[in-house]
Amino acid sequence: MNLHEYQAKQLFARFNIPVSSGEVAESPKAARSAAASLGGSLWVVKAQVHAGGRGKAGGVKLAKSLDEVQAAAAAMLGQRLVTKQTDAAGLPIKQVFVEAGSDIQRELYLSMVVDRAAERVAFMASEEGGMDIEEVAATTPEKIFTVSVNPGAGLQPYQIRKLGFGLGLTGPQLKQFSSMCNNLYRLFTESDLSLLEINPLIVDGAGNLLALDAKINVEDNALFRQSALVAMRDPSQEDEMESRAAAHDLNYVSLDGNIACMVNGAGLAMATMDLIQLHGGTPANFLDVGGGATPERVSEAFKLILSNSSVTAILVNIFGGIVRCDLIAEGIIQAVREVNVDVPVVARLEGTNVEKGKALLAESGLAILTADDLTDAAKKVVAAAA
Amino acid sequence: MSILVNKDSRIVCQGITGRQGSFHTEQCIEYGTQVVAGVTPGRGGEEHLGVPVYDSTHEAVREAGADVSMIYVPAAFAADAILEAADAGIKVIVCITEGIPVLDMVRVKAGLADYDCRLIGPNCPGIITPGEAKIGIMPGFIHKPGRVGIISRSGTLTYEAVYQTTNNGLGQTTCVGIGGDPIRGMNFIDCLELFEQDSATDGIIMVGEIGGSDEEAAARYIQVNVSKPVVSYIAGVTAPAGKRMGHAGAIISGGEGTADAKFAALEAAGVRTVRSPAELGSAMLDQLGG
Repeated sequence: MNLHEYQAKQLFARFNIPVSSGEVAESPKAARSAAASLGGSLWVVKAQVHAGGRGKAGGVKLAKSLDEVQAAAAAMLGQRLVTKQTDAAGLPIKQVFVEAGSDIQRELYLSMVVDRAAERVAFMASEEGGMDIEEVAATTPEKIFTVSVNPGAGLQPYQIRKLGFGLGLTGPQLKQFSSMCNNLYRLFTESDLSLLEINPLIVDGAGNLLALDAKINVEDNALFRQSALVAMRDPSQEDEMESRAAAHDLNYVSLDGNIACMVNGAGLAMATMDLIQLHGGTPANFLDVGGGATPERVSEAFKLILSNSSVTAILVNIFGGIVRCDLIAEGIIQAVREVNVDVPVVARLEGTNVEKGKALLAESGLAILTADDLTDAAKKVVAAAA
Repeated sequence: MSILVNKDSRIVCQGITGRQGSFHTEQCIEYGTQVVAGVTPGRGGEEHLGVPVYDSTHEAVREAGADVSMIYVPAAFAADAILEAADAGIKVIVCITEGIPVLDMVRVKAGLADYDCRLIGPNCPGIITPGEAKIGIMPGFIHKPGRVGIISRSGTLTYEAVYQTTNNGLGQTTCVGIGGDPIRGMNFIDCLELFEQDSATDGIIMVGEIGGSDEEAAARYIQVNVSKPVVSYIAGVTAPAGKRMGHAGAIISGGEGTADAKFAALEAAGVRTVRSPAELGSAMLDQLGG
């Protein structure tokens, strides 16, 4: 689950991590009064969307007067921002963050991830702030300093020094950095984060460290114990189909093609998408109906699939182990009738009572093609979609 | 032969009185697995499905001689169940639970270093030695005792490989579901090492997916340490970057963990790969001089 920059900064402030001062605003007038109460003569108006690359897409604007603040906010609010990290439709800008302008002396990079190879929480720091970190990692990896934290021992001062020296920090800045890292580690572990990125972490004119941007991702598996953070969820930034699916306990990811699939099991669902492409088709989605392929779940899945108007055929691929194929067939038949599915459906069933299940489908009178195996299923659905 | 579990394994089910625990323990017992105990804290002294229930895994080990555990405890409490099993002296811990917070697994892995045990999972279908012991949620009837070892991050996709090798006569020695989470117990290399040493295993099927670099590490390991034929399939060629594809560990991040990169690494190591999951069984038969 992603958080907005302004929410991440609120969390930072709560954990005593220095952030630029700013206020969130939902209208051009509110943006103007936010700027007025911040004072000063330089502001930055930033679109609040769950995607990076805002600057290059016009989502970050400098403003030198209250009029400019209001105009910048007006130009952003209500629009959709398309960045290199969004699809062509972009994301809706419902809020802007109005920030006091900073005197940027240096731009640094600091992030934290759960490093799956090391099986630990890791910090990454680099002097190359304000840049795409993946590019830095690809071209000048020696400029990135990494430490991974032993969960028992915790973050150690020598580790912080490695990062700090790597960033060229000394004296009072190193002290600030040390306090920042300890607070970040506490924030990360207490909030069950999977990603925290400060890009840039700046050194300002007075020599102080400040998080100018903040990106936070809360681990999905931990949301059950992070209710305060869940309250910050912004569904407008999420794919609508994916959210609908999640509400029905279905796992769904949108793709660009026209052949939809419905499968039990994430690995098999990915394999099914791949099989469709292997046989010349284009998958429209990933959809894992999970272990309980009941008639209700199957119906919901069909409804979800069909709300995508690009779909011209559906492949249902179920390997029924504990779940019986005849029950699944009944579920498919019921769902197809109830939802009034009007595109060809190819069903490949395998497992318990498979012959019974296939017979039920054949006798249903519905236009459901049964497939003998995976290859047959893929070929049939690609042909049906054409 | 087999690896990790066999007909002599004594299984304790942690979470036996819960819905999932009950249902699957019953299925495992029906298959012929030797389930000797269950654990549900607070329900010690009861009997469930013909098996004594204890308050702790330590008691199950002491009183019933359990040496393998299968965990059906909800995500919020599963990390604790894993650590309890390890501390109780369980040698093979099979954690079926999906949804354990990754930071819990960071702490579990660090904690397990103190013990001499193997963790399989979490978020996995379990492990089965056909005809001897089924420890998990896999459908027993599709399996057949035989010659092929299977290692997989998936559940139902594994069943495809099992079904194909059962139908073409090869059968399986042991099938290990290592699970779909990013931080887990046994990985591909751990299982490959055991299969290489197992006299009954003639060939190994590896089913991977996007996310992480476990398959790439396995490829390098195979090149140096595995003499038996390996056939591999990687799911997720069409998966978009940055999206979690069902499994918590199935995510391409920062350009890393793509299916293409995994296929390339395996092929460079001389592993026979298939681009369709429908070909796993036939490729293995072919490799074994079918």
